[in-house]
Amino acid sequence: MQESLVIPAKAGIQLPPPELDPRFRGHDIVGNAVTDYAIQAHGLVKDFGDTRAVDGIDLAVPAGSIYGVLGPNGAGKTTTLRMLLGIIDPDEGHRTLLGHPAPLKAAKLVGYLPEERGLYPSMTARDAIAFMGALRGLPLKEGKRRATGLLETHGLGEVIARPIRTLSKGMAQTVQLLGTLVHGPRLIVLDEPFSGLDALNQGRLEALIRTKAAEGVTVLFSTHVIAHAERLCERIAIIAAGRVRFEGGVEEARSRLRPRVRLATRAADGPWRAALPPDAAHDGSTWTFELPDSGVEPLLKGLIDGGAGIETLSIERPGLHDAFVAIAGATVAADMEAPAPQDVAA
Amino acid sequence: MNELIRAALVIARRDYVASVWSRTFLLFLIGPLFPIMFGFVFGSVGAKLDSQATHPTVAVIAGDAERDVLTRAHRRLGARLGSGVLPDMWIVAPQGPVAAQTRALLGDETTKVVAVLADPLGRPRLIGPENVLGDIKGDLALIIDQARQDTLLSHAGGTPSPVELALDPVRQSAGNASTARLLTARAGQLVLVMLTMILAGMLLSNLIEEKSNKVIEVLAAAVPVDAIFLGKLIAMLGMSLTGIAVWGTTAAVAILTLAPGAAGLPPPAVGWPTFLALGVAYFTASYLLLGAAFLGIGAQANSVREVQTLSMPVTMGQLVVFAFASSAVSDPNGATAIGATIFPWSSPFAMLARAAQLTEIWPHLLAILWQAIWIALIIRFASRRFRVSVLKSGGSRRRRGFFGRRRVKSSTRTPTSRVERPV
Repeated sequence: MQESLVIPAKAGIQLPPPELDPRFRGHDIVGNAVTDYAIQAHGLVKDFGDTRAVDGIDLAVPAGSIYGVLGPNGAGKTTTLRMLLGIIDPDEGHRTLLGHPAPLKAAKLVGYLPEERGLYPSMTARDAIAFMGALRGLPLKEGKRRATGLLETHGLGEVIARPIRTLSKGMAQTVQLLGTLVHGPRLIVLDEPFSGLDALNQGRLEALIRTKAAEGVTVLFSTHVIAHAERLCERIAIIAAGRVRFEGGVEEARSRLRPRVRLATRAADGPWRAALPPDAAHDGSTWTFELPDSGVEPLLKGLIDGGAGIETLSIERPGLHDAFVAIAGATVAADMEAPAPQDVAA
Repeated sequence: MNELIRAALVIARRDYVASVWSRTFLLFLIGPLFPIMFGFVFGSVGAKLDSQATHPTVAVIAGDAERDVLTRAHRRLGARLGSGVLPDMWIVAPQGPVAAQTRALLGDETTKVVAVLADPLGRPRLIGPENVLGDIKGDLALIIDQARQDTLLSHAGGTPSPVELALDPVRQSAGNASTARLLTARAGQLVLVMLTMILAGMLLSNLIEEKSNKVIEVLAAAVPVDAIFLGKLIAMLGMSLTGIAVWGTTAAVAILTLAPGAAGLPPPAVGWPTFLALGVAYFTASYLLLGAAFLGIGAQANSVREVQTLSMPVTMGQLVVFAFASSAVSDPNGATAIGATIFPWSSPFAMLARAAQLTEIWPHLLAILWQAIWIALIIRFASRRFRVSVLKSGGSRRRRGFFGRRRVKSSTRTPTSRVERPV
């Protein structure tokens, strides 16, 4: 049964105003301060036994952005995030987290929601959040005070003193999410945050991510659902088989594909066919092809002058999914869009 | 280092509170009292039954005159040697041929005599199984000698009077103190090894719980793995000391209430306060040495069953270590004792025994320093195993230095372009 994740659509965690510490501005790999990058990674490699899980990944996450790491299950997303956070060491390569080459040095400024959610069942919701804050340097008393406020703000005031084991799955998930935010992190890393949530709560979580980004917090999340990345992210990295296939803006990914034209004609043949590109495909009287470099006007002129008898003509801007298919390949895209086991269960 | 300690204390506090404020901790506290209590009750009953069942009775074929003399001699010797030292005598009057009566007595299931003594004051003959004869022949000869002497003195008109020894106690003698301290040393070692074994085993189940909760990744993303490891050790140590405090207080109250005049163990050479302080220090050292090993081993396992399988060799090893330290107690300056002191896992046991027997303090300071070095080394090594196993971060194709973190080599490949062209 899907439990509810109670996050108001306009949820705003009441935390100190964001103020990026200049110490945590990005640095290039030789240590020169450059632009505001929350995360930089270069040539990360990780092997598990004989299997290469991550194979030379480069990433640059601008401070204050929402950044998505896309890829099918097993692409190396979680391993990459773990290396970025310093949970595991890369076998090769460098990374800096908020300017620190040793990521754990910046742990107090980072919030992390792992893919495998975990809380101590005997702890109360308030204590669990305060404990997660205390791990990252927030005094326990202050953590409890903030936890109470966060739980009440997010509609969980009645479970403040209840042990985690008595909470529903959705409530426990919310508690853990609040635990990643309680200390006011400057960088939030969420590993598959939408899995296990229903559509309503996915929307609320998206709203929360936007709110945090608006406060100047950098949000990095991994997902295998392209739609989330398309709606939220300014920049993405597409990972497949342990390698980055694309890293850049969402618009940049889309712009790598030409708009597609969909044309229906009354005439089956005629001089107008010369206006179509050679690789145009058709199904009966419906044609699909990439918009030629010359643009739409010469195309229209050729069709009209050639007597095509245009019934409908639409120019479709490619989505991120199309870009993903073009970048990573149709097989990888199909794997990625297949529901993960936890989604099926949910 | 401060950050490491801070993080360790956050984790230790959580683990300690979670453990102590649970219902199972109450069971943990009262658990060890049950075997002690039942052991005491059933041990007393069993000892009494054993005593009754094993105390031998010898049938003595003797006439009325011999009966009185033998009974007096037995009673007199028994008063001096203590009850239960001499075999009981069941004196029966001669009936028919001695051989036939002897066979009948040895085969009688109701009286269950172990042997038969015939013609005790004439030409005494002891008949019975060979192993029994060896055990009782000296005692019976002593009784017969006493009976004969009494008879001769009686014929001579003399009456021997028992000697009255005047007792003049002193505080202690060298031989007595040495023997008594040996007892204290062994008792101290036994308590230490029992506590260590009971409490260190708890770490394993704690780690399994951590893995099944999937909290470990949350912890590892926030604090160094060394802090997680150290925090768990500190929490379990705190829990152990809580248990020891409860058990110790209970024992003290029970002794003062039930047997206020009971003689305790002989005082150790360094005195009780120092001995107890050293006991806490050596328990801590022993616990940390073993606990770190257990935690490192527990991290390799994926289930309780695997933990039990893995912990078996360690427990066996601990018993061997205890036997090693125990064998050195009788000679605290001998080669075995020095070896047991140097070997880190047996060092706390050997040194506690030393504290009971010898007065010098400086060897303890040296030993504590030595043990602290080993604790640091073992925690470091075990936490690395913990990191690799618990987080499944995989094996490296390169070896790391023992003390250092894995060196991260910069990629030798050409960096991938920011935007890789689609295949």
